[in-house]
Amino acid sequence: MTDKPALPDGLVAVVKKDCPTCVLVAPVLEDLAARADLTVITQDDPTFPADADWVVHDDDLALSWHHDIETVPTLLKVKDGSADDLTVGWSREQWEEFAGLDGLGKDLPDWRPGCGSLSVDPTLTDELSVRFSGSSLTSRRIELAALEDDWEAMWDRGWSDGLPVVPPTEARVLRMLEGTTRAADDLVAVVPPDLVECTVEKVAVNAVMAGCKPEYLPVVIAALEAACTDDFNMHGLLATTMPVGPVLFVNGPIRNEIGMNSGLNLLGQGNRANSTIGRALQLVIRNVGGGKPGGVDRGTQGNPSKYGLCFAEDEEGSPWDSYAESRGFSSDVSTVTLFPGEGPRLLFDQKSRSPESLTKHLGQMLVPYASPRMVMQFETILVMSPEHMARYRDAGWDRARFLEELNGHLLLKGSDIVAGADGIEEGMPEFVAEMDLPKHPPNGIHVVHGGSHAGLFSSAIGGWVTGEMGSVTVTKEITR
Amino acid sequence: MTTTVLDPTGELAPEQRERVTRPESLNGLTVGLLDISKPRGDVFLNRVEEKLTGLGATVKRFKKPTFTKPAPVDLRHEIATSCDAVIEALAD
Repeated sequence: MTDKPALPDGLVAVVKKDCPTCVLVAPVLEDLAARADLTVITQDDPTFPADADWVVHDDDLALSWHHDIETVPTLLKVKDGSADDLTVGWSREQWEEFAGLDGLGKDLPDWRPGCGSLSVDPTLTDELSVRFSGSSLTSRRIELAALEDDWEAMWDRGWSDGLPVVPPTEARVLRMLEGTTRAADDLVAVVPPDLVECTVEKVAVNAVMAGCKPEYLPVVIAALEAACTDDFNMHGLLATTMPVGPVLFVNGPIRNEIGMNSGLNLLGQGNRANSTIGRALQLVIRNVGGGKPGGVDRGTQGNPSKYGLCFAEDEEGSPWDSYAESRGFSSDVSTVTLFPGEGPRLLFDQKSRSPESLTKHLGQMLVPYASPRMVMQFETILVMSPEHMARYRDAGWDRARFLEELNGHLLLKGSDIVAGADGIEEGMPEFVAEMDLPKHPPNGIHVVHGGSHAGLFSSAIGGWVTGEMGSVTVTKEITR
Repeated sequence: MTTTVLDPTGELAPEQRERVTRPESLNGLTVGLLDISKPRGDVFLNRVEEKLTGLGATVKRFKKPTFTKPAPVDLRHEIATSCDAVIEALAD
């Protein structure tokens, strides 16, 4: 941030010639200069309202920008270089009170609104914010040659996941930072695998590159905080050879405020917030943390959701409490949940009309995740579609009843899944042969409601190793 | 016009990209000679050019506007895209 220049003490008027109200009050300004020691700060024409020593030209708009002038004319009472009080536009009553004089502008109307200050002109605000506050950003500046294509140059430097990225210019990063109340130099997290301290500014740089709007930034920040906890174990999630990455979903008021998709195609393309928030997190891990495929990221095959999979729960259309409420968060709090997962897979049931039938079938369809012989190591997100959820709404089942019934259908006979059973060498150790084993660990099925109102299909997203050995699902409150 | 962007990385590595591997031989390669604009640097580089040409290299000559400042980014880009190797010579 450049130093804030002091205003001259006494009475100060900020004007521009390209404002009819300023032109209207020009005789009043001359009168005040003569009678009340007024200084006029002119934004455009240096000789407006007069070619005189009481007129100061704010040629680079530093005075107007630093003192937050939004309207011209603005009349200020200045003490010790800063405004003590101000009035905007022309009001005879207020100007007379400010000046302590009677009889100002007798021929003028009593009141006229002002015009926009040049310092808030939409065509200038980016340039001015870079000029006056760009220096507050501490990231290294990198100059891309005029003969280089910006996108090719960023790709060459290894900053992209393979898709185009938006050049993180100072103006764009400053605009992104307006999405949060946190200071640019605030530490957000220590990002694996290189364990690099990451500030709000670095998150904003990568959010710009991912294509985020400023209002998404608080979600990206909360997601990064969640990703970098010991519980979530981002390093392990990168390093595993399984095809997994952070899967994000959002609950609470921010979903609708930033226009997230919880309906038709919520797991697919086309919604900007869904498409870019998860990607921004992945770019931070890639660029700040250094987690790249072939480096610490050892995914044998990977999966497309590693570009960034993010969606929102349809809370309004669900008969149940929201997922975040089921985790103890209040409905007026926004949260992001990070699940260590694969890509989504279809759960097909077009004929079940009773909750009993649908639940039993869903149970069958969840058995094969990872392998039908693997139990208690992997959790699952079940994205329940509105038409499937209608079975439970109609029957009055709540979340607890559903999960109890579903888990009842997910008990597997140990003798069927031990290594060697049915001629298959993969499987559980021999000592479980006489047991019935649950497919999932306790609380290992995360039900989220979403999708369009037509289609008897749901989805599930399988996880990688849970608990101490792997990653634990983390829900984090989003603060602005 | 150049674009200035903010480094999105953890800034653990220098901003320059990694150098290409050294060529086994200069035969048939294009070698850039960058004169930094110090007096008599051209005398030295003329001799280097003779030697390189003798080794089968094609030589391209470049010159910085002033030795007091780094080479302009566009000049660096031009060298990088038109040469296989570059020699930056300091002479005094």
